[in-house]
This record gives sequence, structure tokens and C-alpha cells, in this order.
Amino acid sequence: MHMIENGNVAAALGVRRCRVNVIAAYPITPQTPLTERLSEYVEAGEMKAEYIPVESEHSALAVCIAASSAGSRVFTATSANGLLYMHEQVQWASGARLPIVMCVVNRAVGAPWNVWNDQQDSISQRDTGWIQIYCSDHQQIIDTVIKAYWIAEKVSIPIMVCYDGYILSHTYMPFDLPDQDKVDAFLPPFKPDYALNPDEPASLNTVTLPDVRVDVRGELAHGYMEIRYLLQEELRKTLAVAAEAEKRFGDIFGREGDPYLESYRTSDADYIAVGLGSLTYQLRVSVDALRKEGIKVGILGVRFYRPFPDEAVASALKGKKAVIVFEKALSYGYEGALASDLKSALYEHLAGTGALPAVQNYILGIGGREIHTDHLTQALRAAIQGSISKEPVWIGLKL
Amino acid sequence: MGTRKYRRKTSHSEHGPGDGGRTGSWRVERPVLNESLCIPCKRNKEACFICWLFCPEIVISRTIPPTINLEYCKGCGICAEECPTRAITMADEADFSHEDKDSSCT
Ligand code: SF4
Ligand code: SF4
Repeated sequence: MHMIENGNVAAALGVRRCRVNVIAAYPITPQTPLTERLSEYVEAGEMKAEYIPVESEHSALAVCIAASSAGSRVFTATSANGLLYMHEQVQWASGARLPIVMCVVNRAVGAPWNVWNDQQDSISQRDTGWIQIYCSDHQQIIDTVIKAYWIAEKVSIPIMVCYDGYILSHTYMPFDLPDQDKVDAFLPPFKPDYALNPDEPASLNTVTLPDVRVDVRGELAHGYMEIRYLLQEELRKTLAVAAEAEKRFGDIFGREGDPYLESYRTSDADYIAVGLGSLTYQLRVSVDALRKEGIKVGILGVRFYRPFPDEAVASALKGKKAVIVFEKALSYGYEGALASDLKSALYEHLAGTGALPAVQNYILGIGGREIHTDHLTQALRAAIQGSISKEPVWIGLKL
Repeated sequence: MGTRKYRRKTSHSEHGPGDGGRTGSWRVERPVLNESLCIPCKRNKEACFICWLFCPEIVISRTIPPTINLEYCKGCGICAEECPTRAITMADEADFSHEDKDSSCT
């Protein structure tokens, strides 16, 4: 069924279609309408779920961790400082290997206080062991929520589904609402390896010593380091699982794409703009304008950010003259995190081949600073003309 | 031999001595039982066993007399605190250090 709604509602409908059992969330702009909508579904009996109102984001994720440990399919959502307040539990959820799905409606972090869009919130959680997927439109939001549960439950790793505040969360777009029976066919009920059970009591994630130990059954059990290694190993394997999810989704819903990257006019391109989220769609206007002048430029949207699809990224950028990375966040003290990751992938796969592109990093839209299409076009043109700087260049800065 | 084939990917412990690792090495004080004050010992009947119930490492046996597995007793002192007759007292672990050493050194 086609409908026109905002991005938060697209996310809420996805959660509803996934038959989530427990929702715990604390409202924060611009995520609020998403959780409000879910509470309305539960209140009206349209969703058979427990909606647990909490006093903070830390508690929201703590509730999700407990409910997921008990075998429930759970959901939460947050933005900005709410995500930062959750941070301790964010790490806990991945270490505990719980398949929680959380929408991060991207917003700038304080200080100073700011409620507008950038992506510093989720980028700052890059190293927490969660899978991170970025969406560029409402169809991607609803589809990604559905795929996220399948992937998360397959690998027992939590997922952040990230989408830009306001630009996607509050704007209205048409999208297809997947049929319930198809979603049921795609996503079987959650069956954890172990769910809290009084007949089989256990303590989960209590103090775990540096070294391995013999457990009560006499088997050699992991130490802390083995558990953390397995998280990394299985995060890397998640790339293959994401491809499987995409194929399975395509078979059932007839919509399929590249699981990691979204390309626009890249096949013959000499220059590639790279970004995360809705910005990659805004860039299309600039790319179309430059194409009219005969400049061969395309766009690579990174959808799957963690685990990082390094091989796919390197092969998409191989032999290009320049790669221009636009970011609404940065690793303070160095450069955009995506630019660093991308350079690392290029070095890993292309060093010594003579196919290493130059990389220019632009920082923009911080704290909701308006991104003008002509600024994007100028920035692209500058890099294409060979202006590659060591330090990232901030677009739209009025210093 | 590593833990590659272990049945779980997470930290998951079931109740029983040893599932927190060799916690006996943590001990700085050791619980010592005075049987003349211990209720089941005095009556020679199953009784009390509050120490058995409270020990977080499950290393006190429900026997007459109760015995303590020092391999895993972490020396927390909960048993001594909970015992209604003060039959268990905590002694400085250093006083027992000779037990772990070669007899020629004593
Ligand atoms: S709690 Fe004290 S009295 Fe009771 S069984 Fe244990 S040692 Fe004996
Ligand atoms: S001190 Fe007592 S309660 Fe604590 S671990 Fe040892 S036996 Fe158990």
C-alpha cells in the first residue's frame, strides 16, 4: 500500500510490522513523533506490545537489554544527547550480543545546545560494536527497520538505523508500506539461543575475568577477551549476512539494491562524491549540473557504515581521479570519520596499484547550518579542479 | 586448547562454585568455623544453614559440619556476618600462608 507520511511514521510503521514485543523510549526532538506514534498504536490495541515509559534514555536501553535478554523483540529510538546519555548501555547491548534495533534520528550534540540536524550523535557511537545503517529516504527507513531485525537476530548484534532529523524525520514523502503477511514471511519470530528462564537460571555478563575459566560443567569458557574478539569477528561476517538479507528482502518484496552502497551516475565517473544519509540525495542536484557541463562525477552513498564495507568501497573508488567526502560530523582533532575510514580502505586494497584516488574531506551542515546546493557544486568543482587540502574544509563557515 | 567451540558467545554463568573463575585467590580473610558454636553441629541435626543460604559463591556445604571450599571462597565475609551464633569468624589470610608453601620453608 502506498502512502504519504513523514520519516518518523515510516519508522513507526516498520516497527509495527515487525511485531515488536517491547518498546521503551524517552522522547527527544526530533525522535519524539516516532515514539509518540508507537505509544498510540499500543494504546489503541493496534500493536500487541508493552510500551514502557522511562525516566531517561539510559533506562530506555536498560529496559530493552532486560527485555531482549528475556527473549522479546525490542525497540527504542533516540537522538543527540539522548544517545550520549545511553552510551554506557549502548556498549552493554553489543557486548551482551542482544539484537536490539534502535532508530537514531540524527541531531547535533551539545554543547552548545542545538536541536537541528547533523550526524555527530551516531558517528560518535561508531566504535561501540553496533551495526550502523544510514537511510536516505522514507522507503529506506521502513525497509531498513525490517531488514535490521532480520540481520540483528541472525548475528546477535544490535543495530542503529540512522536517519537525518527533520530532513527525513519531519518531511512527507510517498513510500510503500510492506504487507503484514510478507513481513511475517520475511521475519520469523525471534528465537534467542538463551532467554532468561527460572528453570535454567544464569547470571549474564557478570564480572568476567581476563583469562579463560572452567565453568560449572567442566567446559573451558571464554574470558573477556575471547567474548570481545567474537563480537569483532561476527561484526565482520555481518557484511555477508547483510547481502543475504538484501537478497531475501528482494525475493519477497521485489525491492533490492546494493546492501552497502548506493551509487548514482558512478559507472563512467572520474570523480565521486561520498556521504551518509539524505545529503547524498541533495548532492544529486549538483552532480546533474556538473554532468551537464560534461564533468564525469557521480555519488556513492554509504548505507552500511559499521561493519565498514571496505572492499566494496575500495572497488567502487578504484582508479577514480578524486573522491570528495562530505560529512555532517567529524572526529574532533583530526578529520571526518568517514574520510578516515575510506582512506584506510583505499590504502588497504589499492596501495601500490597506481589506482589510489586523491581524497578531499568537507565538513558541512554542522548544527543544522543550511546546506546550499550551489555550495555543494562549488565544493565539488574545487576538488575536481585539483584543490585537495590536507585539513578538512568547512563549507558555509562564516568566520 | 582454546574456547572456540564453547557453546556460548557471551558471558553466561550458571550457579555453582567456579563459574566466576578461581575466586579463592581474591581472599584476604578466611572464614573459620567454630563447631562448638554452630547450631547443626551442636544439635547434630539439620538446622540453620544460613551460611549455606547466603554464600554468594555457593561454596558452603549443607552438611554437618558445614564445610567451605577454599578454592573458590572469595573471603567476602557474608557467612560470618549472617551467622546468628558468630560461629564463623574471619581470620587474616596471612596467618595461613605457610599452608601454601613447601614444608621445608616453614
Ligand atoms: S550460619 Fe552459623 S550456626 Fe548456622 S549453620 Fe552456618 S555456621 Fe552454623
Ligand atoms: S567468605 Fe563465606 S560467604 Fe564469602 S565466599 Fe567465603 S564462604 Fe562464601
